[in-house]
Amino acid sequence: MATLTLLQSVRDALLTEMGLDERVILMGEDVGHNGGVFRATEGLQKEFGEDRVMDTPLNESGIIGMAMGMAVNGLRPVPEIQFMDFIYPAFDEIVSEVAKIRYRSGGGFTCPMVIRTPYGGGIKGGHYHSQSAEAYFAHTAGLKVVIPSNPYDTKGLLIASIRNEDPVLFMEPKRLYRSLKGEVPEGPYTVELGRANIVKPGSDVTLICWGAMVPVCMKAAELCEPRGADCEVIDVRTLVPLDESTILESVAKTGRVVIVQEAPKTCGFGSEIAAIIAEQAILHLEGPIIRVTGFDTPFPYTLEHIYLPDAERVALAVGKAKNF
Amino acid sequence: MPAIEKDRGKKKRAAAVAEKASPILTVATPKASKKGSSVLREDCYRILDEHDKANPKEDPNLSPEVLLKMYRGMAFVRAFDERGMMLQRQGRIGFYVPSFGQEAIQIGTASAYTNDDFVFPSYREPGIFLYRGADLFEMICNLYGNSGDVCRGRQMPVHYSFADIKMFSVSSPIATQVIQAVGAAMAFKIRKENSVAVAYCGDGGTSENDFHSGLTFGGAYQAPVVFVVTNNQYAISVPVCKQTAARRIADKGAGYGIPSIAVDGNDVLAVHKVMSEAVARARAGEGPTLLECVTFRMGPHSSSDDPSRYRDEKLYEAWKKRDPILRFRQYLSDRKLWNDKKEEQLQAEMKAQIAEAIERAEKLPPPSTDSIFEDVYAEPTPQLKEQQKQLRAEEALRGKFENSSEAFPL
Repeated sequence: MATLTLLQSVRDALLTEMGLDERVILMGEDVGHNGGVFRATEGLQKEFGEDRVMDTPLNESGIIGMAMGMAVNGLRPVPEIQFMDFIYPAFDEIVSEVAKIRYRSGGGFTCPMVIRTPYGGGIKGGHYHSQSAEAYFAHTAGLKVVIPSNPYDTKGLLIASIRNEDPVLFMEPKRLYRSLKGEVPEGPYTVELGRANIVKPGSDVTLICWGAMVPVCMKAAELCEPRGADCEVIDVRTLVPLDESTILESVAKTGRVVIVQEAPKTCGFGSEIAAIIAEQAILHLEGPIIRVTGFDTPFPYTLEHIYLPDAERVALAVGKAKNF
Repeated sequence: MPAIEKDRGKKKRAAAVAEKASPILTVATPKASKKGSSVLREDCYRILDEHDKANPKEDPNLSPEVLLKMYRGMAFVRAFDERGMMLQRQGRIGFYVPSFGQEAIQIGTASAYTNDDFVFPSYREPGIFLYRGADLFEMICNLYGNSGDVCRGRQMPVHYSFADIKMFSVSSPIATQVIQAVGAAMAFKIRKENSVAVAYCGDGGTSENDFHSGLTFGGAYQAPVVFVVTNNQYAISVPVCKQTAARRIADKGAGYGIPSIAVDGNDVLAVHKVMSEAVARARAGEGPTLLECVTFRMGPHSSSDDPSRYRDEKLYEAWKKRDPILRFRQYLSDRKLWNDKKEEQLQAEMKAQIAEAIERAEKLPPPSTDSIFEDVYAEPTPQLKEQQKQLRAEEALRGKFENSSEAFPL
């Protein structure tokens, strides 16, 4: 078993699956010769050739539209959107086309593809290299939304996504790309979509998070432990389909919930989780469901460390939940 | 010889320099065009003159069998559209989009490629579905959105989808299919298959982002794709002169390094010939071609539209005299392949066929309520299963609330 960064595990997943399935085609801006701006596809063009690792023109709508044409014609494209902040020109192709084609054609055409995109703040990227836009896409019927938080899950979830028959938006927490290392098995394996992970069991407060907020919540749990709050940390892993049972079982146990997301608060995915808990587990609750989030502002540059939820903000919320 | 090659020959030196990176071809002006009708600009390639006589040097001399199949295809979509509009006016279907006046473009192009080629149509190409063998009954079931519709009643009428004959699902957002066709073409290229993809859109569609994406990617990768633009002069109410300052839609190809040509869209022989050459170029690995098929939208944009609010009636009357079906019929009559009696028989046969399919379609029930939750994903998510369960429970109680005096019988 090798120790890889999250970024290396992305590359490992792509290398593994491309070796096994010649229908898998990568495309995106700078993904070929340059190996991607983060080097997630380093050396893959050399390994598999220009037909399978395609540098594209600078046009996100074109990248997704072309990938869709390939998918409906038998390939398994894995297009990359260089930063999630640049995905919006492709919004129409993703929402109106990729996500709807199976439904609108009565199952006649399907579009298995994985849209990889680095998301989130913490790298001093300002407005346009920091956004967490998962809520727009989790709201779209026909798409799956997957967000790993560690190297092991990254490889397993990415391979599972490529093998999945539905289009998947695969959001990579770029803040963790190089900062997080972990053991990753060699060769192919999958982590099932639609299964949350209890990263740390606990009995007092349920902390629900995904992607780059998982290490933040783990740190918060550490801060809370000596202060008498035993947190259960749940890594949602796939927003769509959502593993409601794991969340509800935890809430039944703890009765107290803090949801952490780095996206703005209003209509964030955390709001959906809060609603599910309110609808299905209200009698188990001992206090209000608390959200710790980014703010309803554009993403700031200089003050990003204040904008982003950190362990202390989360720990304060845990305290509120515990002492309610 | 069609203009693409001809122009190519003329510009041999330039082409040699430009090679594959940027072919120089733009709009062609073959001799035949010089006696063109006043409503059609002279830079359109054509074979039939204003008296519907074929220029003997340009006539592709197709076999009688092919010509008659093409004629039937054009006549059929006209009959189908007339009936479709009538069904809407009678309130039997909710919506319709006719393709009146565009029959030569549909059949002229569809007759130039094979069943292995992948077609990405807009919503104004019903004739291509029919020509490629889509089941008439299933087409009509789509108009009703009933349980016989392959799209299971999920889209408005005329948004057909027939995977079995490689006719891609029609979308309402404009021109999204242009870039998708490039992807399908690249799949053929990557697999080293000899097939091509064909993308259709209208003059309005050429303003959309995905037209630009399609031509950018198609050109950059030299994809085996043909872009067919039906310039019917209007995007709903907006005339093409307000759509772009480009002299011709075909001129747009040059910026992407894509050989382009404008063709008389009401001359099925010219469309067929130019399309055949474009398909051959794509198949031979010579990259994409852009066709601008110039015509006039003789009907409303859709059954919800009233063209009298914006249409130039003089222009409309002028184009009426250039009806693509009548022109082709004249050509066939001149070749002794067609006459009034045959026409009468064909009309009766088509009408009966369509009427019979409508009668059968009208007997079918709507899709099942459960079908709402199917085909969202390969397997329904737990959330969808839960919503389905809840809807079933609500359906079981439907009507009981209104008809009950109890406060909450539910």
